[in-house]
Amino acid sequence: MLPMLLGGCDMVVMNPTGDIAMQQRNLILLSLGLMLLIIIPVIALTVAFAWKYRRGNPNKDYDPEFHHSTTLELVIWACPLAIITILGAVTWASTHQLDPFRPLERIAPGKPIPAGTKPLNVQVVAMDWKWLFIYPDLGVATVNELALPVDVPVRFSITSTDQFNTFSAPTLAGMIYAMPTMRSELNAVLNKTGDSWGYSGNYTGAGYSDMRFKLRGVTKAGFDSWIAEAKAKGTPLSTETYVALTKPTTKAPVVRYSSVQPGLFDRIVNACAEPGKPCMIDVMRRDMLAGKMHMGERPATCDDKDGKLAPKAAPKAAKAEPAAARDPRISATDTLLLPGAVRAERA
Amino acid sequence: MTDTLAKTVFGRLSWESLPFHEPILLGTFIVVVLLGLGVVGAVTRFGLWGYLWKEWFTSVDHKKIGIMYIILGIIMLLRGFADALMMRLQQAIAFGSNPGYLPPSHYDQIFTAHGTIMIFFVAIPLVVGLINFVMPLQIGARDVAFPFLNNLSFWLTVSGAVLTMISLFVGEFARTGWLSYAPLAELAYSPDTGVDYYLWSLQIAGVGTTLSAINMVATIVKMRAPGMTMMKMPVFTWTALCSNVLAIAIFPALTAAFFLLMLDRYVGTHFFTNELGGAPMMYWNMVWIWGHPEVYVLILPAFGIYSEITSTFTGKRLFGYNSMVYATVVITILSYLVWLHHFFTMGAGPSVNSFFGIATMVIAIPTGAKVFNWLFTMYKGDIRYDVPMMWVVAFMITFVVGGMTGVLLAIPPADFVLHNSLFLVAHFHNTIIGGVVFGLFAGMVYWFPKAFGFKLDPWWGKVGFWGWVIGYWLAWTPIYIVGLMGNTRRVNHFDDPSIQPYFIVALIGAVVILIGVLGFVMSIVMGFVKRKQLADTTGDPWNGRTLEWSTSSPPPAYNFAVTPVVHDLDAWHDMKTRGYRRPASGFKPIHMPKNTAAGIILAGLATVLGFAMIWYIWWLAALAFAGLLVTAIGHTFNFKRDYYIPQDEVARTEAKRPLPLGAGA
Amino acid sequence: MTQHVTIAREEPVIWHLAEEEHPASPTGLGFWIYLMSDALIFASLFAMFGVVSTAFAGGPGPRQIFDLPLVALNTAFLLASSITFGQAIPHMEAGRVGPTRFWLAITGLLGAAFVGVELYEFSHMIAEGAGPDRSAFLSSFFALVGTHGAHVTVGLIWIATLLIQLGSQGLSEAMKRRVMCLSMFWHFLDIIWIGVFTFVYLYGVIR
Repeated sequence: MLPMLLGGCDMVVMNPTGDIAMQQRNLILLSLGLMLLIIIPVIALTVAFAWKYRRGNPNKDYDPEFHHSTTLELVIWACPLAIITILGAVTWASTHQLDPFRPLERIAPGKPIPAGTKPLNVQVVAMDWKWLFIYPDLGVATVNELALPVDVPVRFSITSTDQFNTFSAPTLAGMIYAMPTMRSELNAVLNKTGDSWGYSGNYTGAGYSDMRFKLRGVTKAGFDSWIAEAKAKGTPLSTETYVALTKPTTKAPVVRYSSVQPGLFDRIVNACAEPGKPCMIDVMRRDMLAGKMHMGERPATCDDKDGKLAPKAAPKAAKAEPAAARDPRISATDTLLLPGAVRAERA
Repeated sequence: MTDTLAKTVFGRLSWESLPFHEPILLGTFIVVVLLGLGVVGAVTRFGLWGYLWKEWFTSVDHKKIGIMYIILGIIMLLRGFADALMMRLQQAIAFGSNPGYLPPSHYDQIFTAHGTIMIFFVAIPLVVGLINFVMPLQIGARDVAFPFLNNLSFWLTVSGAVLTMISLFVGEFARTGWLSYAPLAELAYSPDTGVDYYLWSLQIAGVGTTLSAINMVATIVKMRAPGMTMMKMPVFTWTALCSNVLAIAIFPALTAAFFLLMLDRYVGTHFFTNELGGAPMMYWNMVWIWGHPEVYVLILPAFGIYSEITSTFTGKRLFGYNSMVYATVVITILSYLVWLHHFFTMGAGPSVNSFFGIATMVIAIPTGAKVFNWLFTMYKGDIRYDVPMMWVVAFMITFVVGGMTGVLLAIPPADFVLHNSLFLVAHFHNTIIGGVVFGLFAGMVYWFPKAFGFKLDPWWGKVGFWGWVIGYWLAWTPIYIVGLMGNTRRVNHFDDPSIQPYFIVALIGAVVILIGVLGFVMSIVMGFVKRKQLADTTGDPWNGRTLEWSTSSPPPAYNFAVTPVVHDLDAWHDMKTRGYRRPASGFKPIHMPKNTAAGIILAGLATVLGFAMIWYIWWLAALAFAGLLVTAIGHTFNFKRDYYIPQDEVARTEAKRPLPLGAGA
Repeated sequence: MTQHVTIAREEPVIWHLAEEEHPASPTGLGFWIYLMSDALIFASLFAMFGVVSTAFAGGPGPRQIFDLPLVALNTAFLLASSITFGQAIPHMEAGRVGPTRFWLAITGLLGAAFVGVELYEFSHMIAEGAGPDRSAFLSSFFALVGTHGAHVTVGLIWIATLLIQLGSQGLSEAMKRRVMCLSMFWHFLDIIWIGVFTFVYLYGVIR
């Protein structure tokens, strides 16, 4: 099995271009090797015993009373136990080492991150059925195209407008879920130039199969010119454009946007990027207050006309205020929303 | 006016719900209707309705119910396998500019139906059927603890299967994947009837499975033959016990998850929606708290089958029986603690991920011990290669590879690359086909003569065996490889032409498996044709070791004329070697449960209720619900549920059994 | 098999029973296992409630909608019904049909009062706009409390059925088993309700 697995040159999982994916590949090979230590003897013994102890074989010793041996039973429990103990240690270490939320410590084996390097921020939004990539520090955005400069650490912030997708870039670093009203994170780096494909790994309906993006590894100079080109030739990603973009489409072509409103990603995470929708963070703040109110009192969001509570969160909360204007102590993306909440606190 | 009337009478059912515009479905529909009419016609022609109703449909005999479960499983296997072939064909041709022959709306229904049917209506009925048939015989009981409940459980499972089959022609099935993840399965994203079909059929069948599990556990705990202590129980009975205990522990989580999703879809609640505080992730947790142990519910009995067969065909007592029992119990407990490994990539912390990853790997230890136990049972054995034993060897070689890739997927960083890829799909087919399906085939071949009094045709059995084994490796090795190329699952069209050859090989593999399926069907047909040659007159065709082989084939309604007393783990082997002679006289009248139509009526009403709810036909739903209530209460007024088989009838039946009385000794 | 060596025993081995064995009825065990699976359904609903118990989505929270005195009264009804059921059991065991039916009927009345008050509470909340579709918190409140209420309703139907059957059948073995099962069911619902009252109502209000 193993030589077959290693034989194909297109096996991106076995031959990735990013350091994280490379470490994941090495881990896969190490664990496979460890397990083959026990799997190969078992298969060999199965074949050997199956052949040797067949009924027609005169050169065998038949012993129907051989059904218990304490030594042998200790051995057959100890062998898998030993392998799993080693694998368990490997798992604990590698899971912490390759935690997608953990900032990178190196660009490649033996290549530490140069001092003063800031990671490139990329915000990823899964939509029906396309990917929106926002470069918040550079002020551009794209659909279904992700360009990354090689050897620069990248910090992805990932969310979704309505479905559970996975942001899957096998050459770069595997996948992580993109979920509505939640923000997940992935830290990775690309080490080689060249194009490959990224996918959504979780089925989301009719257009899912074509929900792919081109992952372009470019040099730093190439990246700068790519950004400049997007700024020069693209159109702005206005609120109207964004709302139109959220409508389900299949096989969406590559689009580049020359500018993005600040805080768009935070509003998407808070389900209030479309005008007129209340931000989750504000609703949750009011909920915390409401939880402390007494009988008969009404939380601020209740609409008391004709004595009924409003069916949806009331318009007061509906102002789509930019994230920057909000109380800076309560960040929409870090402190309150799972899974980011737990992670941020631990960090 | 007429619109409102039509809506009131028919809900959302209309002519558009029928598949006149889908040639593939229409063709299937016509074939199914013709076949159905053929069967109905034949049954009527030969005047079999009364026989079927009296002897089978209303029967509370665990053997007949077991056989009906298995027939249901085989019929649904053909449906699920047809789906698999269609998917393989689509993926083999849909490259580049060729969109394939299935549009996404149809392809998505097919992979959902394939997964749902294969787990709920193939694997579960076959496992439950074998347990139903074999376990009471193995423990020397005359029936299960609650015979009527057993009949009801079976018909509820049928009810679920019928609803799923109806969705093929009336409306559509879910397009959400076999677990119908929220929020995709919410009304906002799946407004059609598909998810409702899914929910109602699985909910009804799930009630049946839970009740059946309760029944089996009570049977094993309370009704074992005298002398059969827990540590003298045959391994298959042990695995049946663990499997059913596990089923009782997990099905409530699934029932609750489906119930809440139903509320979301019917009442407008916000459990798993994106709005107003809903928590879709909770649905994933609940379905996987069910879903992961469920594979152990299926595979533990398969492990039991392998144990029985290995022991019988090597002519040896099972090596390390105690190890085997402890391993089974450990797997049962651990399987409950690993569900999170299905979504390592949802952003849980590294310590949480490590915990669930390592817990998953730990399951490999008892499983590994089991493999060694089978291995050392073969060691110093005298192995007869009848078809059941061939399945065991194929299982051991195939399954360890699936176990290995499973442990690989349990390492969170590796799962970050392999999650939701075709590698994962290949892994679980490796364990389910190589573990559960091989075991079920082995078990069916092994116990077939006990059920019908003749063996399956061995030549066709071998064709079936080689078809499945070669087909499995041909079909799934390429899928492992394309998974390592980064390809994700449930995709209906590819751009990269370089991977097409792999899918073509996979298609060829699926066709070879088709030969395996047909070989199995042929082994039944040819076995029936040659039933005189293949007849089992002794009741013990394989030189078996457990109690089911001590009675005749097929066993009489009462299983055992006298209650056996057990002295040893391999009770029947013990009886044979110590010169046991079964009694020829001194029989007593035997107390037996009476047949009842309540089960099939209740399940029929449940089907109507489900159908009415799916199509929003509220008056019919209310009527069906009232009917259910009245029938259920009415059944409790039936106090005459048992009868006695008279002494001379027992004596006559026993006298017909051929001598020598203790055959095989 | 001829190679098999067994040490022959001295005394003759008993291979089968002369009389048909009548093991104790498995009904009690089976029903108990059913209750455990039902408990797991409730556990799932409690877990769901725990996850979304503060997801008010801008709508009302526990302090605005829970009428604790009313719920306390309802709790008293249900707890009292468990006591009255307990009164029926010694009579049932002694085979006294009349007092058994009497205490069962009292239990049924208390249970009916419980369901009635709960329905009143629900309708009041829905009329105020705090229905199950308002927020995830309210969804899970209605699902959890409603599922318990539905169980009590099934219990009421069961009591009614048993009252009739006790009239015609008396206290046969089968009827005794049924009363015992119903008793387990009823006390089980009581325990669940204590969980609901504590974690949903009390904890919701004091938090």
